[in-house]
Amino acid sequence: MITKAGVKSLTIVQAVNDALRTMLKEREDVILLGEDIGKNGGVFRATEGLLEEFGEERVVDTPLSEAGFTGAAIGMALNGFRPVVEIQFLGFIYPAYEQIMTHAARMRARTRGHFTVPLVIRAPYGAGVRAPEIHSDSTEALFTHMPGIKVVCPASPYDAKGLLIAAIEDPDPVLFLEPMRSYRAFREDVPEGKYTVEIGKGKKRREGDDVTVIAWGAMVPVAMKAAEEAEKKGIYADVIDLRTLYPLDKDLIAESVQKTGRTVIVQEAHATGGLANDVLAVINDTSFFYQKAPVERVTGFDVPVPFFAYEDDYLPTPARVLHAIEKVMNF
Amino acid sequence: MELDFPMVQVLNEEGAIVQPAYREQITKELTMSMYRHLIRTRMVDRKCVSLQRQGRIGTYVPYEGQEACQVGSALALNDGDWMFPTYRDHGAMMTFGRSLTQTLLYWKGRTEGCVPPEGKKIVPPSVPIATQLPHAAGAACAEKWKGTKNAVIVYFGDGATSEGDFHEGLNFASVFHAPVVFFNQNNQYAISVPMTRQMKTKTIAQKALAYDIPGLRIDGNDVFAVYFKTTEALERARNGEGPTLIEAVTWRYGAHTTSDDPSRYRDQEESKKRRETTDPIKRVERFMQREGWWDEEWVNQVQGEVNAEIEQAVAEMERYPKANMSDMFDFVFAQPTWTIAEQKEAYLQWKRGMER
Ligand SMILES: Cc1ncc(C[n+]2csc(CCOP(=O)(O)OP(=O)(O)O)c2C)c(N)n1
Ligand SMILES: [Mg+2]
Repeated sequence: MITKAGVKSLTIVQAVNDALRTMLKEREDVILLGEDIGKNGGVFRATEGLLEEFGEERVVDTPLSEAGFTGAAIGMALNGFRPVVEIQFLGFIYPAYEQIMTHAARMRARTRGHFTVPLVIRAPYGAGVRAPEIHSDSTEALFTHMPGIKVVCPASPYDAKGLLIAAIEDPDPVLFLEPMRSYRAFREDVPEGKYTVEIGKGKKRREGDDVTVIAWGAMVPVAMKAAEEAEKKGIYADVIDLRTLYPLDKDLIAESVQKTGRTVIVQEAHATGGLANDVLAVINDTSFFYQKAPVERVTGFDVPVPFFAYEDDYLPTPARVLHAIEKVMNF
Repeated sequence: MELDFPMVQVLNEEGAIVQPAYREQITKELTMSMYRHLIRTRMVDRKCVSLQRQGRIGTYVPYEGQEACQVGSALALNDGDWMFPTYRDHGAMMTFGRSLTQTLLYWKGRTEGCVPPEGKKIVPPSVPIATQLPHAAGAACAEKWKGTKNAVIVYFGDGATSEGDFHEGLNFASVFHAPVVFFNQNNQYAISVPMTRQMKTKTIAQKALAYDIPGLRIDGNDVFAVYFKTTEALERARNGEGPTLIEAVTWRYGAHTTSDDPSRYRDQEESKKRRETTDPIKRVERFMQREGWWDEEWVNQVQGEVNAEIEQAVAEMERYPKANMSDMFDFVFAQPTWTIAEQKEAYLQWKRGMER
């Protein structure tokens, strides 16, 4: 949908498509690989129309083999290409984990920068759409913990396009997590053509002096909703959308939590070993003496992401976040 | 190479027996039992698609067209055998003894659907492709090392042969002569990807050569070929002769799942044509007519019984107690860790507060 010159109103999944199209046009070394991405246009239609436009050599339907095509993409990246692979759902990335952990993420370090892997791995992630088993994982922390790969997770169409382009241009491997639940939830004006959003920079989505709410991906709308509810009670929240999960935007976090002294971190994933704990470490390291209340974390539980009949009780909700906001306010 | 792996048929499309060696064994009783299971699985599948459309269950994976693979192979099993299915094999699971209500509960997002009936070794469907193959190899080794005569069947699709776990499972099983049947349903598509894009080989059966085990290519729409060849492979397994790879060539008529639109990647006219020509149920009907065993009244009666069974299961599913969210915490470990215990307690407390 065209709104004004040079701008289109897009959903997140359309913005991803637009970024891929832009970069396939822009750079000859970009190549897409994955299951069902060509003829079918991707199970979420993220690659819709790209096979027709760019041909089978640049939009490659691969055999069903995550380790195979991710490993092959590493080889292509070593040899001058900029592959963008699609993992159909984050829950199916695990066969490729070895390739990512033991090769993509450490090739540069092992060879003193001689060989590099400018690879992008895209994966829809997260629960909340009543999907079958294993289709709802949010295991970003397995990758933020992994040294040698950046992890990016947009929450909006504008950021999705700008960050994906930045990821493709990045000289190092990037895991690009797409919030499945927000894929078509809303539209936003997205500029046509190429632009980037810097990796490593978060964004303040709402301003308030009382409390900081930190979230990413599919939890950003949850945090925003909670902040709106809080405002009705006279509590004003800064809402930070991290956008990049590794490396964290330390300065943005510190600036906000030093101002408010009260923080709630919202994480869809399991509690133990989650990214919220790293955010907490940043707060501890930068802003300990500014804190007026212990930081609250609203997270999923230490249980396998449940079947969908139970997912409403697993996922953080605006009500749970609001409860945490009130808790840090009333400390 | 495909000439070395010719497609085995027992009952051809016209409903004629083309392998006289099996003539004696194909009794009226066996045929009627096969037929009953075939139409039961088909009626259940259609019902599930319609329940999904009405929002009464979640995303559903239909198998219509593949009934002969699932029924024939499941009927070949002994009670003590193991079954390792995929998400598409609830036809096989039901034929082997999983109840219809459990099948429905699974598709309604309930873990109750993963618990097999007492005494039945039906493992929950594996959703990540090919991951169940090494499990089957291991379960089979265990049966062998325990000295039993139990065997294992594991199902997987054509696409699954591209995953590393396919190789690892077959290799492990062949090294240890594990009593396992690797039952491939080659429906010729992995979502949108046709077999020609999945592999260069024209058959899946020939991959058995690499493991020095028998590889068999059968007509997967011929319930008798499936039944007899699976029975023979299971016998080999029980007799300590090791694993077999069976490629059952078939076709799914409909979508990959209820969220898939097959017209994006293939001409659905092909499915229409196949319904008329190679349908697994029609050919048994033709056979029964030829033999003079066809009895309209009996068929109506069977359909009536299956319908009643389905209606009862749907009612049971819908009457089922609401999902208990404690379940999500309670079954992770034998003894909950303090983290889980605390998280559950805090959540329950908050929830009670909200309800007040
Ligand atoms: C490891 C993994 N990758 C991707 C998927 C997504 N997916 C589900 S079914 C499927 C195709 C499977 O094809 P095939 O093995 O031929 O079995 P069929 O669905 O045709 O029965 C894919 C790619 C998955 N479930 N697991
Ligand atoms: Mg298939």
